[in-house]
Amino acid sequence: MSLFFDAALILLAIVVALKVVTGRDPLTDVIAFIAYGIVLTLVWVRLAAVDVALTEVAVGSGATGLVLLRAAGAAATAKQEARPGRVTKGLAALVSLVVFLLLAAAVLAWPKPQPSLALAVAEHLPATGLGNPITGVLIVFRALDTLLETVVLLLALVGIWALAPDRTGARAWSGTPAPLSGMTPSGAQVLLAQLLLPVGLLVTVYQFWAGANVPAGAFQGGAVLGAMWVLLLLARLAPLPRLEQPGLAVLVLAGPFAFLATGLAGWVWAGGFLDYPEGIEKPVIIVVEAAIVVSIGVTLGLLVLGPAGPQAADRPGADAS
Amino acid sequence: MSLAADIFTVLCLLAGLVFFAAGSIGLIRLPDPLSRLHGLTKADNVGLFFVVLGLLPQAGSVLAAVKMLLIWLLLQVAAGTVAQILAEYAQALGRSGGGRR
Repeated sequence: MSLFFDAALILLAIVVALKVVTGRDPLTDVIAFIAYGIVLTLVWVRLAAVDVALTEVAVGSGATGLVLLRAAGAAATAKQEARPGRVTKGLAALVSLVVFLLLAAAVLAWPKPQPSLALAVAEHLPATGLGNPITGVLIVFRALDTLLETVVLLLALVGIWALAPDRTGARAWSGTPAPLSGMTPSGAQVLLAQLLLPVGLLVTVYQFWAGANVPAGAFQGGAVLGAMWVLLLLARLAPLPRLEQPGLAVLVLAGPFAFLATGLAGWVWAGGFLDYPEGIEKPVIIVVEAAIVVSIGVTLGLLVLGPAGPQAADRPGADAS
Repeated sequence: MSLAADIFTVLCLLAGLVFFAAGSIGLIRLPDPLSRLHGLTKADNVGLFFVVLGLLPQAGSVLAAVKMLLIWLLLQVAAGTVAQILAEYAQALGRSGGGRR
């Protein structure tokens, strides 16, 4: 029975994956990509990797899907010559194929029994004060990887801002992004934002708090936080942010820099980069994780919003909502 | 007792599946966006309600049961709102003559 379900799931994943690359326009492709993320989430759940499933659905399908939806909207109005030609598309397909083949070869060439550090993690987990082995690996054993992951988000944001066209007479990276939707939000949408905001904030705090012991964590919590912000922006209950606000920069940088500061302090209090002081590991981890949650939420929201729109900032007295 | 609970679960899940199937068929077969949404939302709320109802006896604890009911309630709000927004968008498209889908 479960074999039948797994086979159906794999078949569905392949069909939806093909749909992503064979759609007739960017918008259809992106919708298929979001559906593909949801199917992948089910695959991760079947593999008992609930942490990965949560991240996949929140960041892989949700946040990335939103960014791509915005990009598809922009692509629809792009000039014909700015679109990729046959050569570019062919090269992209070739690179994807090579990556796929290398990955497939790597997976099939895995030695049996597969090398695993699961036992070592289980043995040393009590020393971290955490109950969830995934969080233990992310925050303690492989903290450097997680630090770099939070920096990657920051780099993605810088990349998006840097790719925006320069505007004459305006400071770079200033102004407000284009509104998420041209339509006036309906009453139902405003009600949804008002109803979901407290629930979403509660889920954010829960994800971050429970991540210590059960599948959840800073990335998932941050994604929910970012979604709540986007929901408020869609319902026009919150104003679009001005990108040059110093407060915004503080929120974006808080996570990576709190992590980095703890890492550097590790040399002083524990004798190594990213070592936590004995006895108070848990409080330190919680403070760093809280900062990371906020930074991830704000950064994901800003990734969705994209760079400052030329029309929004250059028009004097532009509608602030 | 547990046999009765299992029978209840199976019956409810089957009822839920009927609504999900009907909703999916409606989404594919019905002619215009508003009718399709109508089909889809039936699956979303009634179908999911039967699935949650059927799983309640298997929840194991009152807390888990309450959580499932809350999830159903949240999805009700989300699905209802999304249907509303999609319907308004479809009507706006229809008025401007661009409604092909």
